[in-house]
Amino acid sequence: MKLMYFAWVREKIGINQETVSPPETVKTISELITWLESRGPEYRAAFENRESIRAAINQTHVDHHSTLEAAAEVAFFPPVTGG
Amino acid sequence: MTAPRINRVQSNPFNITEEITALRGERKDIGAIVTFTGTVRDTAAGEKITTMALEHYPGMTEQELEHITNEAHSRWPLQGSTIIHRIGDLSPGDDIVLVITLSAHRAAAFEAAEFLMDFLKSKAPFWKKETGESGNADWVDARDTDTEALTRWQK
Repeated sequence: MKLMYFAWVREKIGINQETVSPPETVKTISELITWLESRGPEYRAAFENRESIRAAINQTHVDHHSTLEAAAEVAFFPPVTGG
Repeated sequence: MTAPRINRVQSNPFNITEEITALRGERKDIGAIVTFTGTVRDTAAGEKITTMALEHYPGMTEQELEHITNEAHSRWPLQGSTIIHRIGDLSPGDDIVLVITLSAHRAAAFEAAEFLMDFLKSKAPFWKKETGESGNADWVDARDTDTEALTRWQK
């Protein structure tokens, strides 16, 4: 699974993308965040305020309850501020 | 004939007149052209801004702009639309985003342009980071009013 990070999520984690293989018990965006937090302080810092984290699966907006089946690319980012 | 839909992400500046010409082509049945341009303000939270950096999610941005555009064309009788969004480092006064809508009558063109901007601001994956005169750089916070702006378009 390819993970991508943008804006301050990217800055806090320190990389813009990575490929991971979470255990099969990780089935939702929320569970993926919890698993990522177990990987180090930089992830805990990035996801500290969970309500402000937005996610996309395969480049489509999703909420934290969404399941990861068929997720080839998952992205985490702050609320968007374009325009 | 399908109305032209031009969506672009670029670092270069855009020229509004050239973009209108490119969008309308040879058509003579267009009665209304609305353009909106968003630009970089020189202050944020009372501090002078020196640079605004714009980042986006390549791939997802294009998909979101296409969704938004298709929805606008399904709701209003548009004869064409353009969305151009800049990325990279911009300075105060620089253009950030351009929306153009073409229609036979003004109401559709005005409404569709507002709709495109409201959805772009809440759905298109762009992020702004402002650097002030002191050297401090801060990511711009999303505004609740931008999310609230979407509610008026709910069917």
